[in-house]
Amino acid sequence: MLLIPCPWCGPRDEAEFHYGGQAHVAYPENPAALSDEEWARYLFFRDNPKGRFAERWNHTAGCRRWFNAVRNTATNEIEAREVTA
Amino acid sequence: MAERLSPLARFTPVSSGDLRIAEIPFLTQINLRVDPKSRAAADIGLALGAPLPTEPGTCASADADLLWLGPDEWLVVGERGRDLEGTIRAAAGTAHAGITDVSAQRTVVAVEGPRSRDLLAHGCALDLHPRVFGPGRCAQTMLARAQVVLAARDGDAFRVFVRSSFAGYLADWLMDAAGEYLGVTPR
Repeated sequence: MLLIPCPWCGPRDEAEFHYGGQAHVAYPENPAALSDEEWARYLFFRDNPKGRFAERWNHTAGCRRWFNAVRNTATNEIEAREVTA
Repeated sequence: MAERLSPLARFTPVSSGDLRIAEIPFLTQINLRVDPKSRAAADIGLALGAPLPTEPGTCASADADLLWLGPDEWLVVGERGRDLEGTIRAAAGTAHAGITDVSAQRTVVAVEGPRSRDLLAHGCALDLHPRVFGPGRCAQTMLARAQVVLAARDGDAFRVFVRSSFAGYLADWLMDAAGEYLGVTPR
């Protein structure tokens, strides 16, 4: 079980969180102009690095706020986190 | 006339020298969402007798209990039948704020006595040591896999706010876990 540091509530069990996937994936500025392939790339394609990975988490069983965290996918260490709006 | 039944109406309070468990039904609960830096937040704090706590995981007690739920969210708890919503609405005026009566959403289980921390620790991953989670602390977390709001009060007393539909399950779980402190033979 991961111990995830919520920026508001402090370290909590992974079971209290909902995973939100890769962070900083921007919504396309003009979705209608995208080809099917580009749209599919936006919807489904994500990085899968070994090492530092910025991802979104929601503290569903606590304060229910979204935040970003940088997790090392090799060691599961959470190195940084930031509050998002 | 229809009788109003609380979610744990059939739960018999238990008590021993070490532990007491009982429902506190029908408390008035208001969910409040407002910008903590706004004038309205200050006015609401004045009306309730204490400023809205802005440190995560803390609560304030005055005319009502003010539990921190999030950076712009609080649970205001008062005794049964009290018009807290009216008080808060009057204080907020026309300001941008969300004020919702959620009294029926959760019921409250009081867990008190020197063994209360031991009992809750059976199903809660939080550090409940008085040094970390003493009077005035509150937290939204999981107790026996049920979402709860835990509030520590003076002495070794806790209030466990649990959703009405989970209350029966949680009461059963508490009774099962409390067996060793109540001198009950396990079923």
